[in-house]
Amino acid sequence: MIKLVNVEKTYFSKAGNIEALKKTNIEVRQGEIFGIIGLSGAGKSTLIRCINMLEVPTGGQVFVDGQELTAMSEAQLRKARQNIGMIFQHFNLLASRTVFDNVAFPLEIQGMPKDKIAERVGELLDLVQLRDRADYYPSQLSGGQKQRVGIARALASNPKVLLSDEATSALDPQTTKSILQLLRDINKRLNLTIVMITHQMEVVKEICDRVAVIENGVIIEEGSMYKVFTEPQEETTKEFVKTVNDIKIPPMIDTESMKQNYFPGSRLLANLTFLDSGDRQEKSTGADQPLVSAIIKRFGVDVNIISGKVDYLKDLPYGTLLVEIMGDEKSIADSLRYIREAGVKLEVIGYVG
Amino acid sequence: MSDNMIDLLMKSLGETCYMVLIAIVLATLIGLPLGVILTVTRKDHIMPNSLVHNVLGAIVNATRSTPFIILMVAIIPLTRMIVGSSIGTTAAIVPLTITAAPFIARVIESSLLEVDRGVIEAAQSMGASPLQIIGKVMLPESLHSIVLGITLALIALIGASAMAGALGGGGLGDLAIRYGYQRFQMDVMIATVVVLIIMVQGVQTVGNMLSRKLNKNKLS
Repeated sequence: MIKLVNVEKTYFSKAGNIEALKKTNIEVRQGEIFGIIGLSGAGKSTLIRCINMLEVPTGGQVFVDGQELTAMSEAQLRKARQNIGMIFQHFNLLASRTVFDNVAFPLEIQGMPKDKIAERVGELLDLVQLRDRADYYPSQLSGGQKQRVGIARALASNPKVLLSDEATSALDPQTTKSILQLLRDINKRLNLTIVMITHQMEVVKEICDRVAVIENGVIIEEGSMYKVFTEPQEETTKEFVKTVNDIKIPPMIDTESMKQNYFPGSRLLANLTFLDSGDRQEKSTGADQPLVSAIIKRFGVDVNIISGKVDYLKDLPYGTLLVEIMGDEKSIADSLRYIREAGVKLEVIGYVG
Repeated sequence: MSDNMIDLLMKSLGETCYMVLIAIVLATLIGLPLGVILTVTRKDHIMPNSLVHNVLGAIVNATRSTPFIILMVAIIPLTRMIVGSSIGTTAAIVPLTITAAPFIARVIESSLLEVDRGVIEAAQSMGASPLQIIGKVMLPESLHSIVLGITLALIALIGASAMAGALGGGGLGDLAIRYGYQRFQMDVMIATVVVLIIMVQGVQTVGNMLSRKLNKNKLS
């Protein structure tokens, strides 16, 4: 649906040229939600603006829906942009227009007759559940409502692609959830391809199918969200994953004296992650086995469960369990091997006294 | 003050209104497109063109830096060409328009620059053409601020019109000088000043009200 081939963007200035985007290749499939995550200044804003040519790349090609935007005239490009909706962090609504007129705006631009506009705007306001706010001005709305107007406006001309530029970054967690829910909903209902940039891993975790991590203008890691989340390769990616999946060790455990090796009388602190890739053909992922009682019986260790939770990556569940394993050196080592072989992701934190 | 004087005062008030109102309309008609062009041709705006921007900017600055009394005399040939005479109330409209137009161009430029770039970007992302962005985004979004700018220009014009007496333009300022100052009629002087104060207050109040009505940023 979207294809970026060797896209580059360099800002030329007297103080020195800034390579905001280095040869970037991305392919986004029809109907998927594709996330681009990066810290501020990583180049993600430039990247998403290259997709609808708000930023004209200094090199490479941009294809959307089979058309090469980089080869178009201004007029052709304006026409093509009607196929690409965009929503923004600060909503960018017209303050002088009512909710109704804001949603009508892209249709007016296209020269749609007034009665048709009214009908279409009505449908869109129903979709985002704001029909009763049609005559309000943006300054009378909450942040979440403003973003709903932004979404309705972006969808007005039935685009095939929706670009989301940090659409939830200015919203509180509750509102963020409801906006993400709405995006998921329209993604499914309209089979709309969505590309979103964000610096929030929670957002990616909530709705993305695939994700790319960008740093210093380079895509450093890319893959299915599940894979990137559960097996991050790069340091930056690991940092992002940590923001939503950090292990919290309770204060009663004395981590000051924690050692990396066994010492007599010590207990092993470990974090177990039970994954479900959704692929039933794959080998056991451990979630279906009585793992804890198995190691207790087989190796004679004691297991103390400190904390545990089940979370979701989009629709796929994964569980984490923070445990203390007590026993002699050999039985602990045997237990660890058993856990690994069972397909459970094991993270040894250390030995505490 | 005699009835005669009151008639004279009313006549002068009429002249001032006539000069100033026609001049502000004409100046806005000239200044609005100038202000728009000055804005959109900036190097980071929607139709960057530094040649047009710099040339227009220089003309605007040159006109604005010429004191009104000198401008008025300097363009007498132009005034004669347009109005057919260089003396009289109608003739004064020409220099008043020419002095106000660049001022209005600048206030409109600064109003248009206040429009959030994100909103313009959003319009671009929907496929709006530069003309649509100007007509449907920039002007409506800044209208409340433009109204305040034109109010400012109108008040400046009321002040400038007092000098129109030098060209036999009449008006309140002329009255104050000829009767109040040169004939030592203090009451005429005070009366004209009071009328001017009321006029300026009225213009500002109406301008503020209109701007507030148009501003949808601070609704509750």
